Amino acid sequence: MGTLTEEIFSRRLGRPVHAGEIVVAPVDYAMAHDVTGPLAIEAFRKLEVPLWDPERVIMVFDHILPANTVASAGLHKIVRDFADEYGVTHVFQEGICHQLMVEKGFIRPGGIVVGADSHSTTYGALGCFSAGFGSTDIAVTFATGRTWFRIPETIRINLRGALPPGIFPKDLALKVIRMLGAEGANYLAVEWGGEAVEAMRVDERLTLANLTVDFGGKAGLCEPDEQTRRYLGDADVVDLHPVRPEYRSVIEVDAESLEPQIACPPAIDNVQDLSMVEGTLLDEVFVGSCANGRIEDLAIVADYFRGRQVHPRTRTIVVPASKQIYMEALARGYIQTFMESGALVMNAGCGPCLGRQHGVLGPGERALSTSNRNYAGRMGSAQAEIYLANPAVAAASALAGMIADPRGIN
Amino acid sequence: MARIFKFGDGISTDAIIPGRYNVTTDPAALGKACFIEARPDFATGVQSGDVIVGGRNFGCGSSREHAPMAIKAAGVQAVVARSFARIFYRNAINIGLPVIQCDAIYDAVGDGDPISIDIRSGGIDVDGKMFQGETPGPVAVAIMEAGTLVDLIKTRGWAAIEEVS
Repeated sequence: MGTLTEEIFSRRLGRPVHAGEIVVAPVDYAMAHDVTGPLAIEAFRKLEVPLWDPERVIMVFDHILPANTVASAGLHKIVRDFADEYGVTHVFQEGICHQLMVEKGFIRPGGIVVGADSHSTTYGALGCFSAGFGSTDIAVTFATGRTWFRIPETIRINLRGALPPGIFPKDLALKVIRMLGAEGANYLAVEWGGEAVEAMRVDERLTLANLTVDFGGKAGLCEPDEQTRRYLGDADVVDLHPVRPEYRSVIEVDAESLEPQIACPPAIDNVQDLSMVEGTLLDEVFVGSCANGRIEDLAIVADYFRGRQVHPRTRTIVVPASKQIYMEALARGYIQTFMESGALVMNAGCGPCLGRQHGVLGPGERALSTSNRNYAGRMGSAQAEIYLANPAVAAASALAGMIADPRGIN
Repeated sequence: MARIFKFGDGISTDAIIPGRYNVTTDPAALGKACFIEARPDFATGVQSGDVIVGGRNFGCGSSREHAPMAIKAAGVQAVVARSFARIFYRNAINIGLPVIQCDAIYDAVGDGDPISIDIRSGGIDVDGKMFQGETPGPVAVAIMEAGTLVDLIKTRGWAAIEEVS
């Protein structure tokens, strides 16, 4: 009985669990990547115990892939040596950790998964309780298969009505961040519901769950349903619903009246309607990330780019979130469309999102990105500016060389 | 005498240690790059025992543990903030960087003010003005008493946390 979070933990622990309790719980998987992994490995080695389960520890090279400096190659070697020594079976270098966790089937409705990356909230889209941790917490899970949780209270967000044409889950997430502020859900779980969420495909829900941490959420959950079953190709999806839940608060958002939302520099909660920033000149447009790098996102962009050229003022960089998405985009002709339009297509991974490999911004430059972070210095120089938007706005802005409204472009 | 380095709201882990500078596990290298772009004089100006006073949502963003590591390695004794982002707070406690939530202090103090802190009690003295930080949760207390999360789990296992839950 309770919220989705309370239901998941009560089932896992075999007793009723309520918000506010501190529990030590077993997890399904623990993930780390090429930047958080090395610190987790160092902490794990200090514990001087065997690895909990080499098949439940997942290592992903994605933040700097392939290594671009001697230092980053050194980080990768720490991870590779650890994986070899302990027989870690799931080591990937084919996309963003969060996309791979979902694609590779590690995420099950009702599960509990931890990741050494803040956007580990993404898996909540499938009804899995998942949260981001630092390296030391993940190291202890590597050693024991467990971690401790304070069971969070929940904010229920009901997205009412149907999304109008040209409005996407990214806009809903940014609208909620605009309403609640950057720490509006700090220490809390978020349940995403209402007609707009019920109508969403899983890829769209992944965007909502992903952005939950960007207003502080510990986890962002959707109820598993027919969409979930279709996505997982599996009838054996657990029946999981909130049961007489007591929410910390319930927020209603009218999806039908929404305009495209833009998070403006230098904070995720500095959100404006698109019309307020239209015409802002851009040096770079980045399409990709764990927020919006999936095939459906690339399809939106390819539709705008087909037969057109991106503006010569603007570097346009497209990064599919995974190899599977990249190959599907190849098969559908999107990659050819991107390249013919003048965009740069990079290998699957985190890309320019965190300013550590390619697409780095110089002082005074301005970018629009489909990712989830616009802090000063995030993508390069602290004197660069980052705007965050949905993939259609990114496409229209790349064509115009400035922030532009995609609605009205055929 | 320890001094205050005062920061604003929403200090992200990207500001504390930008992505380009956390390509290492060496605490000393991280300490040298602490706030390297957001406040370039910080790492050279900070002295052992100084205290960061932050606004709301300190440490938001990336889960990178490099951020509290950099602050600790720079010599900072503790971070006092109006509120902390969840992952940063947990990371700081886990590696032995004291973090104290205190709302009242923020508007009453300035950069460079002398400060002394009783980490155990959360009592803060800024030039004779007294403030009381919020009491940490029982797990945080258990970790702080052991030193780090690794120390706690290595010596006592999960029982140490189960008995305070």
